[in-house]
Amino acid sequence: MTQKKQASERFTGFLKKFYVFLIFVFLYAPIVTLMVLSFNASKTRSKWGGFTLKWYFELFENEAILKAFSNTMIIAFLSALIATILGTAACIGIRNMKKRHQGIIMGVTNIPMLNAEIVTGISLMLLFISLGIKTGFLTVLLSHITFNIPYVILNVMPKLKQVNNSTYEAALDLGASPVYAFFKVVFPDILPGVFSGFLMAFTMSLDDFIITHFTKGAGLDTLSTKIYTEVKKGIKPEMYALSTLIFITVLILLILVNKMPDPKAKEKA
Amino acid sequence: MNNKLIDLQHISKSYDGSIILDDLSLYIRENEFLTLLGPSGCGKTTTLRILGGFESPDQGRVIFGGEDITKLPPNKRQLNTVFQKYALFTHMTIAENIAFGLKIKNKSKAYIDDKIKYALKLVNLDGYGNRMPDSLSGGQQQRIAIARAIVNEPKVLLLDEPLGALDLKLRQDMQYELIRLKNELGITFIYVTHDQEEALTMSDTIVVMNQGYIQQIGTPERIYNEPENAFVADFIGDSNIIDSIMLHDELVEILGAKFACVDKGFGNNKPVDVVIRPEDVELREPGKGSMEGVVTHLIFKGVHYEMEVMANGFEWLVHSTAMFPVGTKVSIHVDPYNIQIMNKPVSEDEEAVAINE
Amino acid sequence: MNKKWLATPYLFWAVAFIVIPLLMVVYYGMTDKTGAFTWENVIAITSPEHVKALMLSLLLSLISTIICLLLAYPLAMILVAKHASKTSFIVMLFILPMWMNFLLRTLAWQTLLEKNGVLNGILSFLHLPALNLINTPGAIILGMVYNFLPFMVLPIYNVLAKIDINVINAARDLGANGIQTFLKITLPLSFPGIASGITMVFVPALTTFVISTLLGGSKILLIGNVIEQEFTTASNWHLGSGLSLVLMIFVLLSMVISSFFDKDGEGAAL
Repeated sequence: MTQKKQASERFTGFLKKFYVFLIFVFLYAPIVTLMVLSFNASKTRSKWGGFTLKWYFELFENEAILKAFSNTMIIAFLSALIATILGTAACIGIRNMKKRHQGIIMGVTNIPMLNAEIVTGISLMLLFISLGIKTGFLTVLLSHITFNIPYVILNVMPKLKQVNNSTYEAALDLGASPVYAFFKVVFPDILPGVFSGFLMAFTMSLDDFIITHFTKGAGLDTLSTKIYTEVKKGIKPEMYALSTLIFITVLILLILVNKMPDPKAKEKA
Repeated sequence: MNNKLIDLQHISKSYDGSIILDDLSLYIRENEFLTLLGPSGCGKTTTLRILGGFESPDQGRVIFGGEDITKLPPNKRQLNTVFQKYALFTHMTIAENIAFGLKIKNKSKAYIDDKIKYALKLVNLDGYGNRMPDSLSGGQQQRIAIARAIVNEPKVLLLDEPLGALDLKLRQDMQYELIRLKNELGITFIYVTHDQEEALTMSDTIVVMNQGYIQQIGTPERIYNEPENAFVADFIGDSNIIDSIMLHDELVEILGAKFACVDKGFGNNKPVDVVIRPEDVELREPGKGSMEGVVTHLIFKGVHYEMEVMANGFEWLVHSTAMFPVGTKVSIHVDPYNIQIMNKPVSEDEEAVAINE
Repeated sequence: MNKKWLATPYLFWAVAFIVIPLLMVVYYGMTDKTGAFTWENVIAITSPEHVKALMLSLLLSLISTIICLLLAYPLAMILVAKHASKTSFIVMLFILPMWMNFLLRTLAWQTLLEKNGVLNGILSFLHLPALNLINTPGAIILGMVYNFLPFMVLPIYNVLAKIDINVINAARDLGANGIQTFLKITLPLSFPGIASGITMVFVPALTTFVISTLLGGSKILLIGNVIEQEFTTASNWHLGSGLSLVLMIFVLLSMVISSFFDKDGEGAAL
């Protein structure tokens, strides 16, 4: 009976692993497909024309794609940075408000995250156009900051709640100014939250299409909007090459970050 | 106290290559209050989890009332557990928590209602049935966890550091409460703790464990007064543990001075460990004891003074109601029956146990 | 000590870029081109083509939400049972794909699903009949499940990871078998995560126009496509806003239902 039980346990263990494997195949199959396509000599998606690195070389001569790429990166970086500063400051401010006010503000904050993106997009578009602001780089940046701030707050707020207020008071007691005490005592504690908030904001901005689509105007293109306009004509294989490069870069960075020795573990040893 | 109810036979268990329990054998009698006592990582919780059915041993058998239950899942065992940090079902009311086990067994509604009322009364929480667990204090949640277990009328109640999360005063109150409950229910309690005072207060039998081995089994008095090795002596209360030589029966040489004792059968000129409790060290005027020394530290502890006395190169820990200021010359005397002789650890394993304590 | 003023810049921001824009949608939705008040743009949802698009959107997003739930729950359970310490790694595995552009990832399914695509290639290799997958509602559902599955897994994973293992042990100890423990303890305790996962999948699925454009061909119109076209090609912002208001009612409804199950925000996803 024991053997039978062990065998059945091993079988369910295998089933579980297989299930997780299938889900990740599902999630990563398109990514692998795109990577394969970036080496495809044939220009059409549906045929394999042999291996080539051609698209990687042509990518660096394709001004339009490179321009869209730099727009995407600049908007992602600036919007994440500004959102992180505004959002972190907001967290500290909100934390010091009355419970009821906190509730209302957090409710408003959650709107861009929970509302349909299409509604957020058209609402911002209506705002800019009614105010006579010409849609372009600025309007896209403002919009991205708007939908990024909630992700920053979502990451920073829990960390701020964990901060023990008496360490801040101890710093004041020992003669530190409030600003000094904040940056020396509180900030290091919430830094992981600030950092992950920035990263999440950056990722969201990078991956955004819908809101950019409504607020970008005619002259400006990010990678997303460029791809969308190319859909009907057929995607340029250089695009596959570029996204493969981006993905591989991020993957390597993440592996490096994970491989780096944990500073805390060092202290223990 | 009569027949064996539970028999653990040669239990071994390891995780990821590190041995938690090594060939542990132990029996528990009906109606006993047995405590597994030891530092964290000694294997006491693992033993309890094997009893509850949450872990299965790599080797060995668990016999319950004559039947082998080693492979039986937790839901088929006649044991119930009171978990560390209570583990109440936060999405159910107190009454639903208590009724959980009875509903699973398809008891009638009237029976369940009666049982809930009875259990709440037993733990002094009448009328709390409709509250949610979150609205209760730690001590109250603990009582509910006990009530939830005992309505199922288990033969044995397993308690895993149930008082660990409570503050000192509440913990002491709950100790008396548990003893009362145990007497009212007339069932076996198996209790896990790292708190020696808790163990001494409540238990019929204490099992002192360290690093997967049982160090000593005995009544609280025996464990305290006659520790079998340096680990037990050191873990239970404060003590002076001194390298000594057993000259012959009833005479031991401690730090070069001869002391009369009551132990026999250790052989002649044999190295031994001697344990002397601090309250058993008597301080006399110089020349009137067995060994001369000087008081080096003095602290007032309320019930007694705690002093350290340097004598023959050893810092003696002394508890006494009499006060001797720092610098006072004193003479040390110990009554023969207060000297506890222990064999030196033989194997390296036991040595390690003694050093790591 | 008072540091409330630190929130002031953000408060102005939130009013200017969240509250006022939404009020503008309401204003446009409730007026006609001359600026006069009207219900017409909202009532326009009852026209047959709009009803058809809305119903199809509701149907497809409902199906995808259910599929996501059925796929995500066992996955979250398996992942929780693995190793509690690896949470950040698991979250990373779900966020990592976002670094490949979302439109490209979705387009890649065309390559996998189309007539001469990878999937049919595998099927024909196994001597199975080819499937007509692309440009069907089924392909749209697949695209929705693919894009939004992580939003179902993460909140469920989070609540399951928070359940004290001893609570499960306690249920077993009190006589419940595996199935009873799941139904009476694990499942109810994970409702907040399920609720938050459902809104986080249902809302974007209901309102998407991209997935239907990429995988549904041009024939299948969802309510998102209708609204998008009013703003881009048709340039009838009033009608688009009116239809958006209707859409927001469904969004609000699902948020209210979700917050009823998730009072403490336990299921907050990311």
